[in-house]
Amino acid sequence: MNWTDSLPLAVLMTSFLAATIIFMLPEQKHILRSTINLGAACIKIILIIFLIQAVLQQNYPEVRLEVLPGLDLILRADSLAILFAGLSSVLWLFTTLYAIGYLENSPNRSRFFGYFSLCVASTMGISLAGNLFTFLIFYELLTLSTYPLVVHRGNTASIKAGRTYLIYTLTGGVVLLLGVASLYALGGDIAFGDIERTAALVGTWPELMTIIFILLIAGLGVKAAIFPFHGWLPTAMVAPAPVSALLHAVAVVKAGAFGIVRVVYDIYGIELSWQQGLLYPIAIIASFTILYGSWRALQQIDIKKRLAFSTVSQVSYILLGISLFGPLGTIGGLVHLLHQGLMKVTLFFCAGNYAETLGIHKIHELDGVGQRMPFTSIAFTVGAMGMIGLPPVAGFISKWYLGMGALEANMGWVIFILIGSSLLNAAYFLPVLKRIWFNPQQGSWPHERVSNCRDAIPLLLIPALVTASLSIAAGLFASSILSPLGWAELITLREYLR
Amino acid sequence: MNMILSPIPWLLVIPLAGAVLTMLIPLNWRSPASMFGLLTQLLASLLLGYQVSQYGTQIYAMADWQAPLGIALRADGLATLFILMSSLVATACALYAHLYLNLTKRGHFWPLLWFLWASLNGIWLAADTFNLYVGLELLTFAAVGLVAFASDERSLEASIRYLYAALLGSMAYLLGVALLYGAQGTLAMDSLAETWHWGPTNQVAITLILGGLLLKTAVFPMHTWLPPAHGGALTPVSALLSALVIKASFYILLRFWVEFEVYRHLPSLSQLLGVLGAGAIIWGGWMALKQTHLKMVVAYSTVAQIGYISLMFPLLTAENSEASLMAYHGGILMLLAHAFAKAGMFLAAGNLIYCTGKPDLASLAGMSRYRPLNIFAFGLAGVSLMGLPPSGGFNAKWLLLQSSFLSGQWWWIVVLLIGSLLSAAYIFRVFAYTYQETEATDSFRRPPITIELIALCLSVASILLGFLSIWPVNVVSLPGPFMEAMP
Repeated sequence: MNWTDSLPLAVLMTSFLAATIIFMLPEQKHILRSTINLGAACIKIILIIFLIQAVLQQNYPEVRLEVLPGLDLILRADSLAILFAGLSSVLWLFTTLYAIGYLENSPNRSRFFGYFSLCVASTMGISLAGNLFTFLIFYELLTLSTYPLVVHRGNTASIKAGRTYLIYTLTGGVVLLLGVASLYALGGDIAFGDIERTAALVGTWPELMTIIFILLIAGLGVKAAIFPFHGWLPTAMVAPAPVSALLHAVAVVKAGAFGIVRVVYDIYGIELSWQQGLLYPIAIIASFTILYGSWRALQQIDIKKRLAFSTVSQVSYILLGISLFGPLGTIGGLVHLLHQGLMKVTLFFCAGNYAETLGIHKIHELDGVGQRMPFTSIAFTVGAMGMIGLPPVAGFISKWYLGMGALEANMGWVIFILIGSSLLNAAYFLPVLKRIWFNPQQGSWPHERVSNCRDAIPLLLIPALVTASLSIAAGLFASSILSPLGWAELITLREYLR
Repeated sequence: MNMILSPIPWLLVIPLAGAVLTMLIPLNWRSPASMFGLLTQLLASLLLGYQVSQYGTQIYAMADWQAPLGIALRADGLATLFILMSSLVATACALYAHLYLNLTKRGHFWPLLWFLWASLNGIWLAADTFNLYVGLELLTFAAVGLVAFASDERSLEASIRYLYAALLGSMAYLLGVALLYGAQGTLAMDSLAETWHWGPTNQVAITLILGGLLLKTAVFPMHTWLPPAHGGALTPVSALLSALVIKASFYILLRFWVEFEVYRHLPSLSQLLGVLGAGAIIWGGWMALKQTHLKMVVAYSTVAQIGYISLMFPLLTAENSEASLMAYHGGILMLLAHAFAKAGMFLAAGNLIYCTGKPDLASLAGMSRYRPLNIFAFGLAGVSLMGLPPSGGFNAKWLLLQSSFLSGQWWWIVVLLIGSLLSAAYIFRVFAYTYQETEATDSFRRPPITIELIALCLSVASILLGFLSIWPVNVVSLPGPFMEAMP
């Protein structure tokens, strides 16, 4: 056994052990807890770098454990796994930094950071899962570990939001379980990438396999917030800002989208899904969700709610890319998984900064905030421009490839969806930017907490600036192999040449 | 094999000796003596586990009197797993009781615990139907005594109710065994199985036996005695009752069902048991959702979980041996996961009540902040009971689902899935209460960390079972008369 084979397990254990230790630590040990948390996040990034090296050399480390007769728990690092694991580990580091600043002097930090690390551990498990059974285990663990974060504040609104969250995600989990269990009943344990087995099954039971496909996509679609399963996402906005950032940018919605990527590419195979006509309905639902999410975002007056509906819309770009048959569409979808993560986390950090520094929650309160908090506002502007799809921010690249992919797949109408959505994005972000930079300040700030320094405190500001810079860098250095685009091209190459 | 080398006699002699000894010696010596007993029990069960996995089924004749005259004891894979399960869970509960009860209560607790343990081991190891009866009766008296131990009006009433139900069940069982003896002239399980014939006498006998055992296992709709008894008892007692005691009658039921091949001859009866199980899942889950007292939620959850375990009967069919094996594994794994998770949950619930001083759900507000570790223990046990991964409960549910698919009985899939949503609903309802924050200042009592850790260990065990399921599955599949009678 090669030493790299234990790397996937090590990547999982760094956050899992961090969670365990944090739960054991007394509430007052803030410095020790932060050190462990940040230390684990850094170690994880280093381990991911080793994994990237291994995967570049076409060596896919793997760990197996027999759980039941004929059923294994598999952790395996392939290029797709690295895409998601890399994103999560980078954003975990910055979100942790942000959360340390955000929760300073607030109670229950031990509980918060414990579940936070557990949540990242499950995200790692989701990305490294080597079969649907393993995926399902971590997918459900993610539901369980995010619930305490959603209800963290303990007031009536958060408990109610937690309930809505559970009703949606647990029901989705049951549907997914039904899909996974029926697939296992038909064909036994199918590892990701073993698409010949599925092809044989589709040959024998075409209708049943279509039903299973629908069950899997519907179960995963709840977390990916596709219409009509998106209701939990805006409600869950009552959670603290770092949680919203994590839920939206990394963990929950992406877990759903990533699962759909796995089902389409590594269980059914893109060609088979295309031949069976399974992709077209996804394209239609994704297109509808894109427009619907943007339309609802336009009507929101609360900053976080507007961002939430924007997520509903943006995650469906990923699904749209998956459903376009052809390498360019695939690249567009996969690269948006990373780009949306970077840009959305920036926007949520900034929203949190406005709320924490000046008490701003509504959009009309943003008038003139650019003078008062220039750095946060610059980061916000970068994120918003990326969402609209303006170059050189990364969002442009996603939309470019999606558009090309649509033409390649002979689905020209998708171009109009992209244009329509970009216009709607502009319609709900540009007025916000105008208020920030050009409108004069109206009266005093709602609840000014930081008076002596100009912008938010460094721990809140730095993560926002870093992720904003990363989203520009992802656009500027897109031709490098280690950029999101480069990596998405690598995955696509290996997928289509199989 | 002689008495010194085989652990089987020790598994009976030590608890019986412990029961007698702890009644006689002074109060403050009873705990140290019992600790020694716990240690020897653990060692004996581990040794048995080793021997059975190495050399297969072990048979032991007490004092070398062979059957049919003497008392024969038999340890196959199934019995060994139950021996290990009861040793681990009972040890955890006993340690908890030692820390939780005061000196006098503790002193009276030990003899009853040892009687309970002796009867459990007697049932797991029994090779004839009459020994099973003796075990059942002894178990009833020890368990009723433990319920009455809380010594308030409600628990006394519950224990009387429990006593009546349990005695009725034992009587039906005894009558059935007497009929079998009259018809076949033997009490030993293996010779009964060899000479078995499906005449009217045997049918009446088996109906009486099954009815009695179903009542003692609290299978819906014969469950009404259970929630007040389990919910009203002292915390460590509730844990013992829910985790182990109801499993004893279920174990006998399973042995009869498979070793006498009841499943082959009465397939409609297996569907009926499945329907009762489905009723238990829905009704128990629904009632758990309605309760206002924490321990009653946990007690009704036991009713629902018995329903899950009963679903193995309709799936154990003569037609499909692969599906039957999966159902058997799934049911046993469910039972094992429930033993750990429910004991963990009752202990964690008891700790929470210890903190708030009140048994109702509404006073749990703020608990999630005050005792996060304890809530974590409660939550982990909940994960296994809901059947969410990773946990033993999930793997068990997975096996039952696969078995339903394989045997084409899709309706049990619906029951299993609705059941998981219902159990998630009642467990997260408790959670929501603990996360609430009220204006009132805290007036909580701080429990010792040790009793919280015991609850946590049991809950963690139910989660770890999700990764180690292959081990119990292999143990219960070891060859023996039970596996030979499987379809």
